Amino acid sequence: MSGALRPRARVALGVALVVALALVPAIFSTYFTSAVAAQALVYGLAAVSLTFLAAYGGIVSLAQTGLYGIAGFVLARFTVSNGMDPLLAAVLAVVITVVVGLAFGAVVSGSEGIYLLMITLALGVITFYYFSQTPTFGGHEGINGVTAPGFIGDPVTHPAVMYEVLLGVSVIVYVAIRLVGRTNFGLAMQGVRDGPTRMRALGYNVRLHRTLAFTLGAVIAALAGVLGTWNDTRISPGTIQVSQIIVLMTIAVIGGLYRIEGAWIGALVYTLLDTYSRGLTARFETWIGIILLVILILSPDGLTGLAQRLAALWRRSRNGDAARPVADASLPPGPGGPGLEPGPGRTGSTESPTVLEPGGAAQ
Amino acid sequence: MVIRRGPAALGWLLLAFGVAWVVVHAFGHGFGSEGNVPQFITVGLNGVSLAALYFITASGFTLIFGLMRVVNMAHGSLYLLGGYVALDLVSHGTNWWVAMVLAALITGAIGLVVHQALLRWNQGQDLRQALITIAVATILADQMIVHFGSTPSTLTAPSGLSASLELGVYQLQYPLFRLFIIGAAVVIGLVLWLVIRFTRFGILLRAGVDDRDMASVLGVNVPLVFGGAFFIGAALAGLGGVMGGTTLSLAPGQDDQFLLSSLVVVIVGGLGSLRGAAVGALLLGLIEQFSSVYLPQSLTNDAILLTFILLVVVLAVRSQGLFGRTTT
Repeated sequence: MSGALRPRARVALGVALVVALALVPAIFSTYFTSAVAAQALVYGLAAVSLTFLAAYGGIVSLAQTGLYGIAGFVLARFTVSNGMDPLLAAVLAVVITVVVGLAFGAVVSGSEGIYLLMITLALGVITFYYFSQTPTFGGHEGINGVTAPGFIGDPVTHPAVMYEVLLGVSVIVYVAIRLVGRTNFGLAMQGVRDGPTRMRALGYNVRLHRTLAFTLGAVIAALAGVLGTWNDTRISPGTIQVSQIIVLMTIAVIGGLYRIEGAWIGALVYTLLDTYSRGLTARFETWIGIILLVILILSPDGLTGLAQRLAALWRRSRNGDAARPVADASLPPGPGGPGLEPGPGRTGSTESPTVLEPGGAAQ
Repeated sequence: MVIRRGPAALGWLLLAFGVAWVVVHAFGHGFGSEGNVPQFITVGLNGVSLAALYFITASGFTLIFGLMRVVNMAHGSLYLLGGYVALDLVSHGTNWWVAMVLAALITGAIGLVVHQALLRWNQGQDLRQALITIAVATILADQMIVHFGSTPSTLTAPSGLSASLELGVYQLQYPLFRLFIIGAAVVIGLVLWLVIRFTRFGILLRAGVDDRDMASVLGVNVPLVFGGAFFIGAALAGLGGVMGGTTLSLAPGQDDQFLLSSLVVVIVGGLGSLRGAAVGALLLGLIEQFSSVYLPQSLTNDAILLTFILLVVVLAVRSQGLFGRTTT
């Protein structure tokens, strides 16, 4: 959808969008701000740690929920049991999560694709079992009564500040991802994604790049864990159980696994469904499964992919001639094509992986 | 990729330390019946029978992957479903053995349906297929709560196997059914090995694993072989569920537990390798059981971390698993 816009127009559009989003607490009810808007931002932030790794590193990780949990549990433990200042606890939580993320990254960095998916799932599930068995972190009950820093206040009764903080962090993370994608490291990461063997031949340390990419993903997951735990005022193993791992995957797939923005779009769609459809059906999980299945069958690159395809179709019919190369590169193949496999052109319009220099964003 | 010596040495060192630790605690008080030897025997048998259960379930998982490169994330759900189907049948008066066979056939059939409807047309897109099976797992897990509730339940062992066997040492008794699981795992492992090694179906299977396109060009009905393999793999999950439901219990969450164990077993052993599945299952089963008894009291709750260490060490030594193939 944004493929046709100039960079400056896109920035203006982005700023307008953020300003509009910042007005949500002023326009909508407290309930909507807390249950839908803030929740969607938490999910979006957690999911973007997944889509970032998928889009830039070709790493589809199911361990992100586990990393979210590590940050949340460490934060809760330090704030509630040790009476630590929430901000200091948050910093420690992020640091510890990133260290664990570095270890996870080192473990999975020798693997690719489906193998990596399995290993990260195993890591995510092990994290869940760890927290559900350890009394230090409250066992099955988890830890309740986690207070946010003073300036945020009580996110349950007055969610506006919490929401704005979440929005701010989301914007920072989004911009940071875009910037990292243009650094040498970011470009090398995309090189590792597209051709690990070639990058190895060029002298790049593929495992190191994967490990560091994974660590960056852990930073985002840790931020999501800290903010999400503040927003919920509690964390329990239920927050990171297998069904939640699947929820995060579903969100990423709904939005488009290889699109950074897709994470927030998927999160919003999921949160709206979660909030408003539970009254209609007692079998919410079944419906989520069915929705995931339908998306995977019909449009494996999610809603953003679908939108992109429709936009390309519309452009093509308007121009009346063959699509421009740019549109072609971002045009996902039909349902039979390898819609979920990373590769040249799979990240869509912002970076073209074949051109490994900062000017690569050709739009 | 080769075996890396540093991590391998560390792995052996950790293994040696673990074995030494258990040996010291088991035999440190002598071999008399007041020592810890009887406990050691019981825990060891528990470990082996748990490993047998893991092997039966994971062998189906590794078989499906070995042939089709499909990581079936619904494998744990099929395990639980097999147990529930048998439970339902037995509670309606069906004989346990008949129920076991029927449950395996039904889960096999469901696996076949999933394969034919959802996985046949997108072969080669392994990530998409894995995500599709995740969706299937979500639907199955929720529907099982609808149909079978969420209170834990257990199958009653068949009359011939419900007793305990005198082991003849230290006046120990051990549930016959658990020994039966060990025997079943050995038989299943042998049969699978013989089938894969010597029968025509096995030859076609291996041909398909090595070069799917070439096998297909040479006139092998690849879809048929694949469907057959998926049926067997899913049926093995169901079979595991019936046995697990008889010794352990059936409840929501067991599906995740056995998905995790299958994942760990094949990650450790190497995807697609039967031998690897056996070794992986033994390592996991023994580590889980021994750690629950021999870890110092203060660390008992952290036993799951040993599974993590197992994964880390194996992946550091060989990122494709102990018996995994280097090429994919």
